[in-house]
Amino acid sequence: MDMLNAFVALSNFVLIPAIAYGSQLALGALGVTLVYGILRFSNFAHGDTMAFGTMVAILVTWGLQSLGVSLGPLPTALLAIPFGIVGCALLLLATDRLVFRFYRVQKAVPVILVIVSMGVMFVYNGLTRLVIGPENRTFADGARYLVNARQFREWTGLAEPLVIRGTQAITVVTAVIVVALLFWFLTRTRTGKSMRAFSDNEDLALLSGIDPERVVRVTWLIVAALATIAGVLYGLDKSFMPFTYFQLLLPIFAAAIVGGLGSPLGAIAGGYVIAFSEVAITYAWKKVLGYVLPDSLAPDGLVQLMATDYKFAVSFMILVVVLLFRPTGLFRGKSV
Amino acid sequence: MSPTLRTPLMFALVAVLIVGTGIVQSWNSALLILNMGLVSAVMSLGVNLQWGFAGLFNVGVMGFVALGGLSVVLVSMPPVGDAWAAGGARILAGLAIGAGALVAAVLAWRRVARRWRGWAVAALLIAGFAIYRAVLGPAVDAVESVNAASTGYLGGLGLPVLFAWPVGGALAAGAAWIIGKTALGLRSDYLAIATLGIAEIVIAVLKNEDWLARGVKNVIGLPRPVPYEVDLQRDPGFVERAAGFGLDPTTASTLYVKAGYGLLFAAVLVIVLVLAQLALNSPWGRMMRAIRDNETAARAMGKDVTRRHLQVFVLGSAICGVAGAMMTTLDGQLTPSSYQPLRYTFLIWVMVIVGGSGNNYGAVLGGFLIWFLWVQVEPMGQALMGLVTSGLADGPLKSHLLGSVQHMRLLTMGLVLLLVLRFSPRGLLPER
Repeated sequence: MDMLNAFVALSNFVLIPAIAYGSQLALGALGVTLVYGILRFSNFAHGDTMAFGTMVAILVTWGLQSLGVSLGPLPTALLAIPFGIVGCALLLLATDRLVFRFYRVQKAVPVILVIVSMGVMFVYNGLTRLVIGPENRTFADGARYLVNARQFREWTGLAEPLVIRGTQAITVVTAVIVVALLFWFLTRTRTGKSMRAFSDNEDLALLSGIDPERVVRVTWLIVAALATIAGVLYGLDKSFMPFTYFQLLLPIFAAAIVGGLGSPLGAIAGGYVIAFSEVAITYAWKKVLGYVLPDSLAPDGLVQLMATDYKFAVSFMILVVVLLFRPTGLFRGKSV
Repeated sequence: MSPTLRTPLMFALVAVLIVGTGIVQSWNSALLILNMGLVSAVMSLGVNLQWGFAGLFNVGVMGFVALGGLSVVLVSMPPVGDAWAAGGARILAGLAIGAGALVAAVLAWRRVARRWRGWAVAALLIAGFAIYRAVLGPAVDAVESVNAASTGYLGGLGLPVLFAWPVGGALAAGAAWIIGKTALGLRSDYLAIATLGIAEIVIAVLKNEDWLARGVKNVIGLPRPVPYEVDLQRDPGFVERAAGFGLDPTTASTLYVKAGYGLLFAAVLVIVLVLAQLALNSPWGRMMRAIRDNETAARAMGKDVTRRHLQVFVLGSAICGVAGAMMTTLDGQLTPSSYQPLRYTFLIWVMVIVGGSGNNYGAVLGGFLIWFLWVQVEPMGQALMGLVTSGLADGPLKSHLLGSVQHMRLLTMGLVLLLVLRFSPRGLLPER
C-alpha cells in the first residue's frame, strides 16, 4: 500500500507535471530545431514568437467567450489555436520577407542572423506588450480536473489522491497528435522530404530542383504552428506572461541542444530530459521517501535538492554536461 | 564623410542631445542620462572587446553586471558581527567543501583510470553535495535569522565603496574564467546559450541566497563616494556658493552630487577607453582580429586560439563587472529583481552593434546614443500617442493606447537594431 501511495505521490508532483512540461518544451524545441536545420541559425526570437501566437489565441478566446461559444469541458482556447497559428504565421512570413530574406540572399554568416533575430526578438516583445500588456493572464476555462482528489479516493481508498488537471491531459494528447502529424509530414509528403533534403545538403537539394524559398516558407508555417500550440498549451497549463515566455528560451534551447540541434527526434527527447530533471531536482522528496522508507529512516527535512528558482541552473547544468561529453547532442545533430 | 570627421561629428550630436535635454527638460535629467550613458559606454566597451575584437558571442552580460553589483555590497557594507558569530565560519567552510568537491571531481576525471572515473566522479559529486548541504544549511538558517528585518546577511567588509569597482571586475573575471574554461572552444551559438544560462543562474543566486546579499529583500543605503544632498544643503558655505550661481540649495546639491558621479564615471571610461585603444592598435589587438577573421589561419600561424579567446573573454567580462559595480554605486542599492536580460544584456548588444563593433569610439557612441533613446523614447512616444489619440473619445481603447506607450521602448530598440543591421551593417562608426 505504501508503495502505491508513494507512486501516486510521485505521479502527482513529478511524473505528470514533468510529462506535461516536457511536451510543451518538446514542441518549442522542435520549432527551434527546424529553424536551425533549414535556415541554419539559432532563432533567439522563438520565445517571443510563442508569446505572439499565444496572444492572438488569447484575444480570439476572449472574443469567443463574449459570443458565448464554448467547448463544454474543454477550454475554449483550443478553438482559438488555428487563429493564433494564422496570426503567428502572417507575422513570421512578413518578418522573413522584410528581414531574414535579405541576409539569406547575401549568404550572411549564421552569427549575423542570430544578432538579427535579437532585433526581431525586441520587436516581437514590444508588439506583444503593446497589444496585451505585460501582465500575467490566465485564460483556461472548461473542466478543471480530469481526475480529482475526492473521486480518486472513493475509487481506490488510497491515502494519497491522484490529481490530473484537464490542461495536463490536453497538453499530452495535443502534443502526441502534433508530433505524429509533423513526422508524417516530414517523412511521407513530398514537401516534407524536400525539407529534409534541404536540411541535409543544401547544394544537392538545389541541384535537384527544390525551390529554397518554398522550403523556407513552409518551415516558417510549421514553426508558427508549433510555437503557437506550445505557447497556448503552456499558457493553459500555467499562465501567460510575455516575460515568462521570453525566459522559456533557455530551457527550449537547452532541450534542442541536448537532443542535437537540427534533429526533430532529439528535440523531443531533449524536452523530456530537461523537464524531468528540472522537476525532479526542484521537488521536495519528503513525502515520497516517507512512504518508501521505513519509519525509522524517514527524512526530517524537505529533501529538496535545490530551490525552485534554480530551475534554470538545472537546464544549464545538463546542457554543459552534454556539451562537454557529447557536443553534437544525444541524437547526433548538426555541428556547423 | 571621412571617418576622421565622422567621429567628432557623431559625438557632437550626442553632446547636443544631452545639452538639449538639459535645456528643454531639466539639468538633473540631463546629468542622469549622462551618468548612465557613461556606465553604458563602459559596458559596451567590454562587449566590444569580446565581440568586436575577438568575435565571441557573449549574451550573459547581465550576469557579470550583477556580479559587479554584488561586489559593492560585499566590499562596502559594514560587516554584521552577530551574523558572523552565528554562522559565518560555517558558511565559509561549507563553500570551501563545495568548491573542494568540484576540484576533486575534476582531478578524479583526469587521474582515475578510464573504467572507474565516471563512478568516481559521480560518487565524489554526490558525497560532496550532501556534505556541502549538511554544513551550509544550518549556518544559513542561523545567519538569516539574525535580525532578519534589517540585516539577516553577513554584510560586507566595510571598506570605501570605490574599492568595490576593481573588486567587481575581479569577481566578474573569476566567473568568466570558469565559464570560459568550459564553454569556449564550442561553437558560437553554444557559447551564447551557455552565457545566457550563466546570467540567469547568477541572478537566481542573488535572489535566493539571502545570507549573501539579502536576496529579494534588497540591500539599501549603500555607502556613497560622493557627499549626501542633505549634508550639502546644511553646509552654509555650499549654500552661499550655490546662491552665487543663482541656484536654490536643493537643485544645486542634486546637481553637485550627480556631477560628482559623472566625473568618477568619466575617469573610469577614459581609462578603459585608452587601454582598449592601446590594445586595439598593439600586436595583441592585431592578433585578436586575425583570429576573429580567420581562426584556422591564425591557428596555422601558431596562435593558441582557445587561450586567447579565454583571455579576451575574461577581460571583457571584467569591464562589464566594473560597470555593474559603478551602476549599483550610482543606484545606492542592490535589487536583484531589477536585473532583466532585455535591459542588461540585449540592450548593450544593441549599443555595440549600432555604434560600430570593432571600433571603441563606436561602442562608446552607441552606449550614449542608445541610452539616450531608451530614456527619451517614452516621453516622445507619450507626446506622439497623445497627438494620435487626441481625436478619440475617452474610452478603454484610448486609455489602453496611452497606457501601452511604455512598451514602445522595446519596439523602437528592435527597429533601430534591424535598420542599422540592414542599411549600415558595420554601425555608425565602422571599424577601420
